Amino acid sequence: MAATSEHRALFQFAYRRSADQDARAVARHPVVVVGAGPVGLVVAIDLALHGVPVVLLDDSDRIGDGSRGICWSKRTLEICDRLGVGERLVARGVTWKLGKVFRGEDLVFAFDLLPEQSHKMPAFINLQQFYLEKALVDRAGEIDSIDLRWRNRVVGLERRNDGARLTVETPDGRYQIDADWAIAADGARSSMRDLLGLEFKGVTFDDKFLIADVRMHADDIPVERRFWFDPPFHSGQSALMHRQADDSWRVDLQLGPDVDVEAELKPDRFMPRIRKMLGGRDFDVIWVSIYRFNCRRIDRFLHGRVVFIGDAAHQVSPFGARGANSGIQDAENLAWKLAAVIKGEAGTELIESYDCERIQAADENIAHSTRSTDFIAPHSAAERTLRTAVLALAPRAEFARQMINSGRLSVATAYDSPLSTPDEAPFGGSARLGAPVPDAPMRERDGRDGYLLERLGGGFDLLYVRDGKRPQAPPGVALMIIGEDRIDRTGLFAERFDAAPGSTYLLRPDQHLCARWRSYDVGKVSAARTRALGF
Amino acid sequence: MGKLVTTSQFANPDAAFVALVEARRGLSEAAAAALDARLVLILANHIGDQEVLQQAIALAKDAK
Repeated sequence: MAATSEHRALFQFAYRRSADQDARAVARHPVVVVGAGPVGLVVAIDLALHGVPVVLLDDSDRIGDGSRGICWSKRTLEICDRLGVGERLVARGVTWKLGKVFRGEDLVFAFDLLPEQSHKMPAFINLQQFYLEKALVDRAGEIDSIDLRWRNRVVGLERRNDGARLTVETPDGRYQIDADWAIAADGARSSMRDLLGLEFKGVTFDDKFLIADVRMHADDIPVERRFWFDPPFHSGQSALMHRQADDSWRVDLQLGPDVDVEAELKPDRFMPRIRKMLGGRDFDVIWVSIYRFNCRRIDRFLHGRVVFIGDAAHQVSPFGARGANSGIQDAENLAWKLAAVIKGEAGTELIESYDCERIQAADENIAHSTRSTDFIAPHSAAERTLRTAVLALAPRAEFARQMINSGRLSVATAYDSPLSTPDEAPFGGSARLGAPVPDAPMRERDGRDGYLLERLGGGFDLLYVRDGKRPQAPPGVALMIIGEDRIDRTGLFAERFDAAPGSTYLLRPDQHLCARWRSYDVGKVSAARTRALGF
Repeated sequence: MGKLVTTSQFANPDAAFVALVEARRGLSEAAAAALDARLVLILANHIGDQEVLQQAIALAKDAK
């Protein structure tokens, strides 16, 4: 919840009149997505790549410079890579994986977010949200079946058994469109949510935080997440610092619950605070805002033919980068399921699993975010005492270091899902049933080196470790024989998947592992695919 | 003779910390201190090892 923010337009787009506005009858579309932020763009692109045309509406006509999301997680980057923009983002962003926590001036704890080596995508990049949005808008522009309409504001929503009718306001006045499915990706202040009268349930935290982006040349500061409890430059409070692209830095200073927001947004108040933090370095403030945090969600994400994704459905504090990253995972989870339903490969019941799986993820994210915020901003002196004790014990006792919580950073949720086929035999390794599969290096037949994830086909993939047979894949499943089509040169695939000759893994279109066996059985593979499609 | 374990033993350390935080939610500092005293006695008895207790007291006094 921003108390204030000044948005400069960095990228401007043109409103264009749509043929739907001149149609005699209300035009009907399989999918209308409301909101062209990161989450709406991802779901639109993903649906289009699955063969479903999308109308994407946005009430604005620009991408602003208000710095919002900056930390993009490995899973987000893997999704973006599948959509064709991952490498662009990594090249533009700042790659990091180390987090450091200080108490006063002392380092008390450091964590490595990607202990496994040799993944195509890094643990995290930091990149201003507008760059990610621009890359996605550019990508959407390359796809004919995405109809992106700027300055199209949804002002009316009528639910029907077989879809939804939207009333849309434009510079040329209002028009209506029908959608078989409407996706609400219109953010924390979702008008779609208001139009259905849905309410958030959860917690709003009292503490206020000053957030600023500053431009500063500081190549001597290591690229890592730095978090301070009670730093010398900001006594009694917490502070966070992240490097972004273009010599831009995010600083985040806790102000406590009782500050005067208007006063704190005046340069004579925030400049000294930031100057003290940056210790005499030259800097320019690009953007500044004061935030309070919410950890909350709506009860259900699925309301008939209207589906809520991203901040429109759930919100968390930023300590953990679980907001936009989880929204992008919502988008990926929904896209393949909705495409399967629209193409008649699955019944509408499959969409129920979006609600089930992504509410699990939202609850996991909200729980982590609430714990982090409780640790960072104790509710009372009595609670603060306990945190002080943990920080004091941390240098001497490992258990206390494990309790220090400056934000548990976003990792993909392993779904406990009816779509997964329970394991018949035990598997070790880092691959988990219901989670996205770990990446691993793969050598092509022609000797080129690449990665597993970038070689997946976007539908159901079957990974089968060669044991001398050449099995037939059932319909709707793409077979990859490890050891033949692709070579596990490093042995990391075998290690991460606990693979032996004959081991067989079925992956959903969102690269989540939904079944695995110690030997190949076409009937079982076929049944697992059917189950993953909700039957 | 026991040895104090200082490595993390909880499967979910965040959840354990939150349980302690929530136990004192809404309490004054004095009420929280009284709660802590009762907790210390309960947990000390559960450990039931004088050596370990002495090592824990030493560690707590040492850390600040």
